[in-house]
Amino acid sequence: MWSELRNLREGVDLGTPPRDGAAVSLTVDGKPVTAPAGSSVMVAAALARCPVPKLCATDTLEAFGSCRMCLVEIQGRKGFPAACTTLVEPGMVVTTQTARLQELRKGVLELYLSDFPAGDVPGGWSELHETMQQTGVTTHPYVAGENHLQAAVDASNPYFLFDPAKCIVCSRCVRACEDIQGTFALTIEGRGFQSKVVASQGECFLDSECVSCGACVQACPTHSLVEKSLFEGGEYRAQSPQA
Amino acid sequence: MTIKVCVPRDATALSLGADATARAIAAECQRLRQPVQVVRTSSRGLFWLEPFVEVETPQGRVGYGPVEAEDVPGLFAAGFLQGSAHQLAQGNVDAIPFLARQERLCFARAGLTDPLSLAEYEAHRGLRGLRNALGMSPAAVVEEVVDSGLRGRGGAGFPTGIKWRTVAGALGTPKYVVVNADEGDSGTYSDRMVMEGDPFVLLEGMAIAGYATGASYGYVYLRSEYPHAARVLNQAIATLRAADWYGASIQGSGFAFDAEVRIGAGAYICGEETALLESLEGKRGMIRYKPPLPAIKGLFGQPTVVNNVVSLASVPIILDRGGKYYADFGMGRSRGTLPIQLAGNVKRAGLVEKAFGVTLRELIEDYGGGTRSGRPVRAVQVGGPLGAYFDQSLLDLPLDYEALAAKKGMVGHGGIVVFDDTVDMAEQARYAMEFCAVESCGKCTPCRIGSTRGRELIEKIVRGENVARNHRQLLALCDVMVNASLCALGGMAPWPVLSALQYFPGDFGLPAGKEPAHVV
Repeated sequence: MWSELRNLREGVDLGTPPRDGAAVSLTVDGKPVTAPAGSSVMVAAALARCPVPKLCATDTLEAFGSCRMCLVEIQGRKGFPAACTTLVEPGMVVTTQTARLQELRKGVLELYLSDFPAGDVPGGWSELHETMQQTGVTTHPYVAGENHLQAAVDASNPYFLFDPAKCIVCSRCVRACEDIQGTFALTIEGRGFQSKVVASQGECFLDSECVSCGACVQACPTHSLVEKSLFEGGEYRAQSPQA
Repeated sequence: MTIKVCVPRDATALSLGADATARAIAAECQRLRQPVQVVRTSSRGLFWLEPFVEVETPQGRVGYGPVEAEDVPGLFAAGFLQGSAHQLAQGNVDAIPFLARQERLCFARAGLTDPLSLAEYEAHRGLRGLRNALGMSPAAVVEEVVDSGLRGRGGAGFPTGIKWRTVAGALGTPKYVVVNADEGDSGTYSDRMVMEGDPFVLLEGMAIAGYATGASYGYVYLRSEYPHAARVLNQAIATLRAADWYGASIQGSGFAFDAEVRIGAGAYICGEETALLESLEGKRGMIRYKPPLPAIKGLFGQPTVVNNVVSLASVPIILDRGGKYYADFGMGRSRGTLPIQLAGNVKRAGLVEKAFGVTLRELIEDYGGGTRSGRPVRAVQVGGPLGAYFDQSLLDLPLDYEALAAKKGMVGHGGIVVFDDTVDMAEQARYAMEFCAVESCGKCTPCRIGSTRGRELIEKIVRGENVARNHRQLLALCDVMVNASLCALGGMAPWPVLSALQYFPGDFGLPAGKEPAHVV
């Protein structure tokens, strides 16, 4: 499985882990493609070179289905299934780009941006920024709403920092900590809009069970969790990494 | 001769002083040296009459209510033990119009029996369904439930028999029966009444479900707000074990079934079946994506029947009298009866079990007696906090899954909340979004962030800020929530908002007569 993963990746994040099943043939945006049985539609779309926008999905973690950016249309099915949690079936006809899908993805991304530091949108570099580019959405229509923009940065860990203002609560860090590292140091605390990533029982990273493995930093799609070495010589918020 | 006097032990009756009433009756009997047996029964569901006291007379049961402790000496003086007249007298209980026109199948024993008396349960047709089931093949039991047309009473309305068929056919052992007893919809209480008042019918239904699908263990996932139900269920389980109706080989049949009660931690979202399963496994109550369905991969990854309390409590009568008997009630694809729960601004709040097809107007006017305030009905919310608001023009709709869905409404768990003309529907809409924001599991973005943005937009519209623009944005947001949310909480929270906008635009300061809110 892992050798296959290396072969398939070639620098492309397929979104969900590759499987070893028998080949299943389907079409994505009119292109015929085969994917191992048990693969997600997201993998099939990536293999067909029709990548679907995504934020909570990455091929080192099992599908989660929370970000709702990867919605697609599948012939014969109601609604808009998520590509990451829907498995390929023989003869499936998938469409990844329609005006309706764009409308929904735009609506979802605008919600993310309504609770994301506006100053970090231009010139940024992260999976979130790639997704913004992919969908052409960089602004949102919501004015002066409740937000987490003033949440305090946790710089206690010597190697990385956590800026909750940039967190989109995709749980990739939590899942990486559980599924890759097996440390269970991170969790989501609170419900609804109050949901936030915390280390251990709401402690700072340094005092928590965190072992500084970096799996969460690697998994983070927004640089909410980011290596400090990227900012050497400057304040984190005062200087963007590219500057 | 000892006279039997019944005082309900239901939580509604208790909250209105039923314990004090029962004590006062016992004390008065002692004082008068009158041989009386005070029995604590389930409730009839006539909540405006609670504490509702019933006296067994040669002419049948005579009811008095609401009886407070201080009323008791006067009742004795008036001769209520003989069923005599009194200003609180309601006459022969079976003749009370609210009850007489009901079709009580699931609630056949409501008000009649001591909830924890297995003998009384059996005397009122209890355990006949399980007895019959054990004499049939599991597949035949599934088909009987399919034939009954029973659909999930928790809200989704999925055919119960089809779900059982899927679990029965799923590979993997063990399998589980999980009861969704996290009754969280505003204005609903039928699950609570079953569990507090007739626990054996639920436990019998669970055992039948286990037999039919190959599961030998069940969990009742009970909301923490129902402590009385927890106590009653635990005692009832112990009683069934002692009587060999639960255990390693039920009545020597070789079929093993047992169950336990698990208490939730106060989250509305844990009434959603996948979040419920997560919580039952000891995790944070977060939604799982589907498929895989819980029927294939449910509790601890095993095939699991997840049914609502009322769904399972409807099963014993189906196995007792046959699927056809049950299916003969109802209309269209909505078969059988629904325990409807009248609440809100209504004169006679309580439980109305009727065959599908009864109209909202009949329920509110004939049963409910109109509003408690005496003012005109303005809005009705059917099916819980995620159900649409209807205005007067829709009150002739029949209670039927498809008929309500055609109007973007839902039967849900059968709760009906009535509002008079003083209601502010913009505030109700704002509350719907706020409720979603508070109760969202926080997993998917349309629900997690969208509900808060929705509340903010409604507040801005009401304040008159950029009304047209914010109205447009609210509709777009509702569209995203309906079509992109992971589960029904985010997916349905917009319906009360959209229906309020459609029927009551003036409450938002929006011009009337505009085209209805349009969300695909």
